[in-house]
Amino acid sequence: MNPAAFTVGLEGDALMLVATGDWRARFLGAIDEDLRLFEDDSVGREVIIDVSAVEKLDTAGAMVLERVLKSCATRTEISKIIGAAPQTRQLIDSVAPHVAPCDIEPVRPNAFVQLVIRLGQGISEGYVVSLKILEFIGLTLATWARVWRNPKKLRPVSVFYHMEEAGVNAMPIVGLMSLMIGAVVAFMGAKILRLFNAEVFTVELVGIAVLREFGVLLSAILVAGRSGSAFTAAIGTMKIREEIDALKTLGLDPVETLVLPRVIALILMMPVLAFMSAIVGVIGGGFVAATAMGISPVFFVNRFQETIALSNLWVGLIKAPFFAFVIAIIGCFQGLQVEGSSESLGQRTTLSVVQSLFVVIILDAFFAMFFLEIDF
Amino acid sequence: MTNATPVETVIDVEGLKTQFGDHVVHENLDLKVRRNEILGVVGGSGSGKSVLMRAIIGLKTPSAGVVKIFGEDFYEASEAKRLEIEQRWGVLFQGGALFSSMTVAQNVMAPLREHLKMSQELAADIAAMKISMSGLQPDAGAKYPSELSGGMSKRAGLARALALDPEIVFLDEPTAGLDPISAENFDSLIVSLKKSLGLTVFMVTHDLDTLHATCDRVAVLAEKRVIAIGTLDEVRRNDHPWIQEYFAGPRGRAALGAKKNGAAAPMERA
Repeated sequence: MNPAAFTVGLEGDALMLVATGDWRARFLGAIDEDLRLFEDDSVGREVIIDVSAVEKLDTAGAMVLERVLKSCATRTEISKIIGAAPQTRQLIDSVAPHVAPCDIEPVRPNAFVQLVIRLGQGISEGYVVSLKILEFIGLTLATWARVWRNPKKLRPVSVFYHMEEAGVNAMPIVGLMSLMIGAVVAFMGAKILRLFNAEVFTVELVGIAVLREFGVLLSAILVAGRSGSAFTAAIGTMKIREEIDALKTLGLDPVETLVLPRVIALILMMPVLAFMSAIVGVIGGGFVAATAMGISPVFFVNRFQETIALSNLWVGLIKAPFFAFVIAIIGCFQGLQVEGSSESLGQRTTLSVVQSLFVVIILDAFFAMFFLEIDF
Repeated sequence: MTNATPVETVIDVEGLKTQFGDHVVHENLDLKVRRNEILGVVGGSGSGKSVLMRAIIGLKTPSAGVVKIFGEDFYEASEAKRLEIEQRWGVLFQGGALFSSMTVAQNVMAPLREHLKMSQELAADIAAMKISMSGLQPDAGAKYPSELSGGMSKRAGLARALALDPEIVFLDEPTAGLDPISAENFDSLIVSLKKSLGLTVFMVTHDLDTLHATCDRVAVLAEKRVIAIGTLDEVRRNDHPWIQEYFAGPRGRAALGAKKNGAAAPMERA
């Protein structure tokens, strides 16, 4: 089988293009550029295409031949495809009406304009989304108040399911991470404090850092990645499959049935996770202190009791339900924003994690300033 | 393009057995598909029509039996041979299965650019032709799958299935979920493409009208095997209770009646 090729000659006034070989799609790539050059050179001239020596032809080949004819020739009584066997003729005829370019992708403005557009869109979307999230918080709180007055509306099975899924099942990973972070803090601290002969302050460092910040922050980060994204994916899939619409038509409130149990479950479980995380973190620090620095566990515990005020633990734990609320709200909100395609589901899940972490860290900064001011 | 005799067998399934765990879907199933015919596969829900299609196109490995495509045992063939066979068929999935991150035109160009060495422009030209052949307007090329209606998605899916000029096209419930007018148009599109491109069509369908309008032969799937195969009239004369119920029920009679009364069958309009 010979690959596709063509030669050009003259036939009276008209150009004579003789095609030979296998004119199927796989061989066209090699000659298409030459053909286009020929087309550009021959605009307005009549072209006769002889296909009698073509061994094989498919729709792509027929399309290319017709394209040459269309882009050059003006008078159809001269310009035509000759030498086609009946079957080839049929193929060419069935392709001919469909030779026309089509749009490949939506028209995009140039890069600078796009940049400006995206910047503007980003800002205005940020504003709109903030308002929408505030609205959603209000809606959730109002629904919560309604359920509070009518507790029969609360769905305990759903709440317990999410408490297990988002809380209990997260304990191993949260515990492991906290243990390591506690150990790392102790190790880094000890290394620097040793310079001042103040290794014993490792206890204070671990205690304050882990109880006030790391315990709850680590839990929040893991829960946002683990459960916030799961909320978005689950609710988003329900949205795509019209389950949310089905709920509404059955007279069930999606906020009451889907959002509230998740919010309540997370608010109940996050303090538990934060508490566990804090304790395990301290244990990790104590372990490093004992093995690497020779601070005995008994000394560690005694000094811990003397120097670390209970308020440090409270500062950590007070923040937990707020973080939980933010993560659950944003996770559910983004789930409900999913539209149509699976593409959108992926984008929303990403957004959900990014936004909840962003808000959690902002909130944490505000809490830090607040507790500093009231000297707690 | 094809100058083969009509009796050439392009798909040959012998003694096929498929199962999910303990649940056996097919057992000892034989089926032959001839070149350049439209074969309709019918059967009740859960009779394994789609599973049969998936077994033929390599998505569901059978636990016994042989699937021969173009005379080649697909599940025993080498990787290279399989790839070659895969480029000679096109598949239209039920929902179109368009890649949602690409426009329609990019979807059609994807197999061209993946398997053939060609410039972006040529691929775009070929895609434009396939899109037009599938009955879509040129502006549909730049649309994303989420912007398409059900009928348009199926047409776009068909355009992608036809991208590499396949010899066999597999259609999974091509008219399910379409309104009657779109369904009729789709039927005649398939018939005309089959004629002009010399396609062999393997069609899983529930739609009696489609069956009457398009299929050269019909295979009935029941009791884990093909219980009848032949032209529509031959199959209708089979006295298997399911077949009788299927074709003699009110829907079957209505679809058949319309054809007998000389209402323009899409075959003639095409």
